[in-house]
Amino acid sequence: MKKMKFLLVMALLGLLVFSLAACGGGDASGSGDNGVVYRTVDEIKADGTINIGVFSDKNPFGYVDENGEYQGYDVYFARRIGEDLGVKVNFVSTEAANRTEYLQTGKVDIILANFTVTPERAEEVDFAAPYMNVALGVVSPSDRVIESLDDWAADDEMIVISGTTAETYLINNYPDIKLQKYDSYATAKNALENGNGAAWANDNTEVLAYALQNAGYTVGIPELGNQDTIAPAVSKGNATLLDWLNDEIVALGEENFFHEDYKATLADTYGMDYMESLVVEGGAQ
Amino acid sequence: MPDLGLSVLLKGKNMARLLGGLWVALRISLIAVAISLPLGILLGVLMAGKNRVVKAILRVYLEFIRIMPQMVLLFLGFFGTTRAFGWNISAELAAIIVFTLWGTAEMSDLVRGAIISIPRHQYESSQALGLNKRQTYFYIILPQAARRLIPLSINLITRMIKTTSLVLMIGVVEVLKVAQQIIEANRMTSPNAAFGLYLTVFVLYFLACWPISLLARYLEKKWR
Repeated sequence: MKKMKFLLVMALLGLLVFSLAACGGGDASGSGDNGVVYRTVDEIKADGTINIGVFSDKNPFGYVDENGEYQGYDVYFARRIGEDLGVKVNFVSTEAANRTEYLQTGKVDIILANFTVTPERAEEVDFAAPYMNVALGVVSPSDRVIESLDDWAADDEMIVISGTTAETYLINNYPDIKLQKYDSYATAKNALENGNGAAWANDNTEVLAYALQNAGYTVGIPELGNQDTIAPAVSKGNATLLDWLNDEIVALGEENFFHEDYKATLADTYGMDYMESLVVEGGAQ
Repeated sequence: MPDLGLSVLLKGKNMARLLGGLWVALRISLIAVAISLPLGILLGVLMAGKNRVVKAILRVYLEFIRIMPQMVLLFLGFFGTTRAFGWNISAELAAIIVFTLWGTAEMSDLVRGAIISIPRHQYESSQALGLNKRQTYFYIILPQAARRLIPLSINLITRMIKTTSLVLMIGVVEVLKVAQQIIEANRMTSPNAAFGLYLTVFVLYFLACWPISLLARYLEKKWR
């Protein structure tokens, strides 16, 4: 009996500690009641270093080359930001899952990790003007190119990767198209090559790169459905940095900076044909 | 032999980067091990003791660490401390602290288990020989418990080394992250590099953990 009581007390104590920890996290995630987490433009300049979160394994947007140097479309822009602010850039390797967290704790000043603008994310971070477009695309064998989804043959099947925006989009907008779902990029690729499906829908950057590397396949639909944009993000409420970034993006537009960026980093993968559809210049649209 | 894309290892500083990543992983885990082994032994002895309050506190600590996935602990240690207390510790330090807390908790429970597994007659015999409590612990109980602890603590140590693969989630670039970076950077030119690189990472982890197993075998023989 004594033992039972003891165990009960333990369990309650454990629960208490646990809930306290949980509450602590919950409170702080509101609006920084423990002060401001972010650094203003002046503070960054005074410090001499800006922390920018980028991907380190998403070639060609943000990756590390064989000499250990960060490279890619996002990184090219990040370097320019450092140059124009007159500070050193400290690249922080981020993952898709922790990008928001880095901004909310002020551990980076800017996230430039192929961050797609969505209404949910906009509640947690502040997005600056966009610098790239992202949409869905459809690739199919060159001998039977699918150019529109409106006259889809009833017994054709569309290859998608589970959990991608392509899957959600097709289910919502083309419920009549039969989907073949695969778990990974590699299996979906095999399915297309074996002729299991008539076409493959995915992020357009992915299908464009695929068609360029594999002869005999053509992207019949380079832009499908609603187009999203990719933009730099700063901590919620960091107005000085947000304004500076927006001005910077407009100013860079005048020298066609993002076209240069595309030529330097993305042209090898996507070719020159898609420059106008992928690049957003001057934040305008 | 199929093309494993091992040639990418020779490009630029790739091999040096991988080894650098391994060093980061080992630095984190071995510092944590070095702190948590003695601390764990101390706490384990306390947990096997008689003081109710101390035991209760240690129990709560152990259960808290044990039920939390290491990933959650890392997020709490790195992002959580900033949110809650405004501390801004580096990712690597956060990883070392989390691994030390985890290692200490598990080690203490292993030590507790090893101590209570020593049969009662060992205590009684040493009392009959006129040894006092402290002497019983140092000369009779702990040496025997230590031998039982070897395989258990080796498991814990190698697990701590391997679990460093999670610290990439808080931005520490260790060996697995470097491998992923190399694979992705060469996605177009050598699509098979993933096999070769994961194989290399496997060999590196093996080389890191194998000496520890050898040491364990040596100690087990020596202390027989």
